[in-house]
Amino acid sequence: MTSFRVKDRGRVKADRPVRFSFDGVAYEGCEGDTVASALLANGVHLMGRGFKYHRPRGPVTAGSEEPNALIGTSRGVGRFEPNTRATVQEIYQGLTTESQNKWPSLKFDVGAINDRLYMLFSAGFYYKTFMWPRSFWDKVYEPFIRRAAGLGKAPVDVDPDHYASRYLYCDVLIVGAGPSGLAAALAAAQTGVNVVVVDEHAEMGGSLLSEPSVGINGKAAWDWLEATLDELGRLPNVRLMTRTTAIGYYHQNMIALCQKLTDHLAELPTDAPRERMWRVRAKQVVLGQGAIERPLVFDGNDRPGVMLASAAQTYLNRYGVKVGNRPVILTSHDSAWYAAFDLADAGAKVGAIVDTRNDIQAALMQQAKARGIETLTGHTATATSGRLRVKSVRVNPVRGGRVGKARTIDCDALLMSGGWTPSLHLFSHTKGSLHWDAEENVYLPGQQTEECHIAGAGRGLWGIAAVLEDGVKAGTAAVRALGHSCDAVRFDVSDDRTGNGVTHKELATDRSPGRAKAFIDFQNDVTAKDIRLAVREGMRSIEHVKRYTTNGMATDQGKMSNMNGLMIASDALQKEAPQVGLTTFRPPYTPTTFGTFAGYHKGSHFELTRKTPIDSWAEEHGAAFEPVALWRRAWYFPKAGETMHMAVSRECKATRESIGIFDASTLGKIEVSGPDAVEFMNRMYTNPWTKLAPGRCRYGLLLGEDGFIRDDGVIGRMRDDLFHVTTTTGGAARVLNMMEDYLQTEWPDLKVWLTSTTEEWATIALNGPNARKLLAPLVEGVDISADAFPHMSVAECTVAGFSSRLFRISFTGELGFEVNVPARHGRALWKKLMQAGRQYDICPYGTETMHVLRAEKGYIIIGQDTDGTVTPQDAGIGWAIGKAKPDFVGKRSLSRPDIVARDRKHLVGLLTDDPKIVLEEGAQIVTDPNQPLPMKMIGHVTSSYWSEALGRSIAMALVAGGHEKMDQTLYIPMPGHTVAAKVTGTVFYDPAGERLKVE
Amino acid sequence: MLLIHCPYCDDTLPELEFAYAGEAHIARPSDPSELSDEEWRDFLFIRSNARGVHAERWRHIHGCARYFNALRDTVSDKFLRTYKAGEPRPDTSVQEAVK
Repeated sequence: MTSFRVKDRGRVKADRPVRFSFDGVAYEGCEGDTVASALLANGVHLMGRGFKYHRPRGPVTAGSEEPNALIGTSRGVGRFEPNTRATVQEIYQGLTTESQNKWPSLKFDVGAINDRLYMLFSAGFYYKTFMWPRSFWDKVYEPFIRRAAGLGKAPVDVDPDHYASRYLYCDVLIVGAGPSGLAAALAAAQTGVNVVVVDEHAEMGGSLLSEPSVGINGKAAWDWLEATLDELGRLPNVRLMTRTTAIGYYHQNMIALCQKLTDHLAELPTDAPRERMWRVRAKQVVLGQGAIERPLVFDGNDRPGVMLASAAQTYLNRYGVKVGNRPVILTSHDSAWYAAFDLADAGAKVGAIVDTRNDIQAALMQQAKARGIETLTGHTATATSGRLRVKSVRVNPVRGGRVGKARTIDCDALLMSGGWTPSLHLFSHTKGSLHWDAEENVYLPGQQTEECHIAGAGRGLWGIAAVLEDGVKAGTAAVRALGHSCDAVRFDVSDDRTGNGVTHKELATDRSPGRAKAFIDFQNDVTAKDIRLAVREGMRSIEHVKRYTTNGMATDQGKMSNMNGLMIASDALQKEAPQVGLTTFRPPYTPTTFGTFAGYHKGSHFELTRKTPIDSWAEEHGAAFEPVALWRRAWYFPKAGETMHMAVSRECKATRESIGIFDASTLGKIEVSGPDAVEFMNRMYTNPWTKLAPGRCRYGLLLGEDGFIRDDGVIGRMRDDLFHVTTTTGGAARVLNMMEDYLQTEWPDLKVWLTSTTEEWATIALNGPNARKLLAPLVEGVDISADAFPHMSVAECTVAGFSSRLFRISFTGELGFEVNVPARHGRALWKKLMQAGRQYDICPYGTETMHVLRAEKGYIIIGQDTDGTVTPQDAGIGWAIGKAKPDFVGKRSLSRPDIVARDRKHLVGLLTDDPKIVLEEGAQIVTDPNQPLPMKMIGHVTSSYWSEALGRSIAMALVAGGHEKMDQTLYIPMPGHTVAAKVTGTVFYDPAGERLKVE
Repeated sequence: MLLIHCPYCDDTLPELEFAYAGEAHIARPSDPSELSDEEWRDFLFIRSNARGVHAERWRHIHGCARYFNALRDTVSDKFLRTYKAGEPRPDTSVQEAVK
């Protein structure tokens, strides 16, 4: 295989070979190569296929803006990554890579048939092609689109890497370590302020890495670079970060950085993160992002071997690789002439420099002549040939707007330059305004919204001297804004390659423009013709053109395509570019892994798991768990061989017949204390509290100001000025927030203190006819006999030696107690109660049994039987409203017209005609199952269980006008069958409440 | 991520410590029963939805837990001022809002 490596050129280490593979073929590159530079050194240009037409493609750039050379990289299980840019991925020993979007092989791809059918795939083809017939959608179109959508294969294994996350605070953050960024760093660092310099490349230096012939302060560019990095690196106030991309610029100078740590290493260090996300808060920011070269738009500008002139210059000077032996240059900017000169000096036979402009600097013409390079000025390119590699370019003179006779020039690389686009991505993230420079046809930074300074090519400057000077200016301005003054830094630059150029829409052609495949967005295969078609079909805004054609929606986010698309759209609309607009740049600047964003938040660290003091006992005893808000709660306690259904039925039976024990510690608890506590409770909750005596408790109902149920729970009055409020498990924080809101902002005059005590207490519920028998011998300090301690009592006492708040309440309909002890004693108390309960065959039960037992009694669960649109009347608990109270939160809303309207959805019971059928929760309810589709749905099932006590299924439902539908039969249509059910009250078990009165 | 000045802590801290709490200066009527259905509807649901300077409530939930008020420009998403609950809405000039 021919080597295109040029001796004594480039910064790669020629004496350190690195072996890697691409599509199963072994290649050798050098340390310092990217996959792209190493493949080019081996003469390989073909690295990918276009998305739509599957046309063969090679790298068009040498940087992170690459649209074509996307590859998959892998290094063992779970470490496969698609869509890696070959121009960025550094090679290491054993790196395995593969091409994408081809079948069966990159050189012979069946999908390339699309290229012949290109007339079908014009702008908006998704919208036009996949419309009809309707029946084709599921079976034909959707599978087709899914197969065709996206590039590369999604990884299927769990990512074994971990990702880190850090905060960083600094005085000056400099993004981009090219000449402007480094000059800014030199200026700022001398004042002693804290400076951070980041660059996305493996090496700092930016354009200097591709321009070794420039002299700075009497040194060759690379010597100056080395000395400068050395100087900055020694300063304690400077941090230099390579392989670190500023991906987003957020409010108040927060910049997100993605630092790649291991993707370039042959040996993965153990326990090192793969990537690290930095959230940097900088007092001042300097953006030295540089500029990106624009492709020229002409028929066949996408063949492998056609690339940007600056990329060819980078491959030559930085990587020591000639991209071709017979390159032709096609340009509208002076910069590409230097690429021609450098390649000629490296031994390439430059076929011609074709420039669209008529007048070229004499110095350039002389240098070309001196090297024997033919120059064709005032020319256009109208076609190329070559399937897997460009073979020739067809060029024509343009005189007075007329395209003359064509001539074909053979070549093995075609290096184009359509001028330069300042990189404004990060600046645009700040919503800084852009200013249209009509002369240069570029957008430049305008009004700023953040403390930032833009330097160098990023604001349209050209030439190393100008850029260095501008960097100093930006660095100086940044430190001045921080109150420092700094000495002037000056640079003496020699052999600077200054220049200028013009920009174009599509190049002029003598052929039918309708047949030209003149690409703008290489990755998404959008051509100039597509943009013009979109405009003809009515798209006026560039945002519409973008979405209709997919221009700029590729992984390069329009870095290659935005400006060319805009120039052509504005030409088609006959409007100035600013009137057509510019699509919005959004973070991230370059594709970023999900891992970087997730950071530490994965697996068990995704969110915290709250556990009760009794959780460990439940785990030891084989509980199945379920998540409830952030808590994990024991769901049921299966014995060997038991299904969930069997376990829950056993737990229900044991509780109703003897005694069950339940961990209710997750209940939210809020202590409301202070001289005005009762007044506060009266205003917050619907119920009256004034007459509730200390030692008594009451069911409390909390509404929103809109009259809908927000939360509920039993509230005990411990003293005149102290309430023990319980809330739902999931509602604790919400209720405390709501209470604080009213207390702080509406009633700041009330002397009340609110304390969250949820985790202070472990709460154990004992329910069943034997509850008192078990508990009484363990209680000291209060008589819990039926008369002395009636239902809805609370007392402070000692239980099994632990000081406790003891409630006599029931969420099961059985005789019930809830023992609250300091959380640290929860497990010990649980074990003592289990021990003492042996004689009654005490049965631990979980949340599922709790749900069944409460549903048998018609007790609602907030958020299950209510959904934020249910009033107390709707839920059938209007009795909980203190009607005599002048006001409470939500009271006024209970007389709103919509709230008193008839036919609101009411909570009712449902009993299926077939008692064995357990309805599905969420199932929709209709009155007539034979009505035509779509049926009128009048409500849905909210709770549904098998009731062991009743030997049948029970359900609750929200049904329109349900309270007026008692004893009517309603229908629940299910796939394949319909279930009939009768509307009932919600109390299914012991409606008279006799069981609470057990002696 | 925004930085927000808590007027009680007198410190500028990351947005993560704070929670948004809706439009400011909407006082609950002292006697809601006196309000017509329309007036009560407006109190419950009608908000200014300002384009530009918006007075709004924030809570320093992971700090001092106090509610306070802020003036924020909803276009630039910049805070112009924060102030304690109960204090009147400060005057802001148009220039300040634009900045």
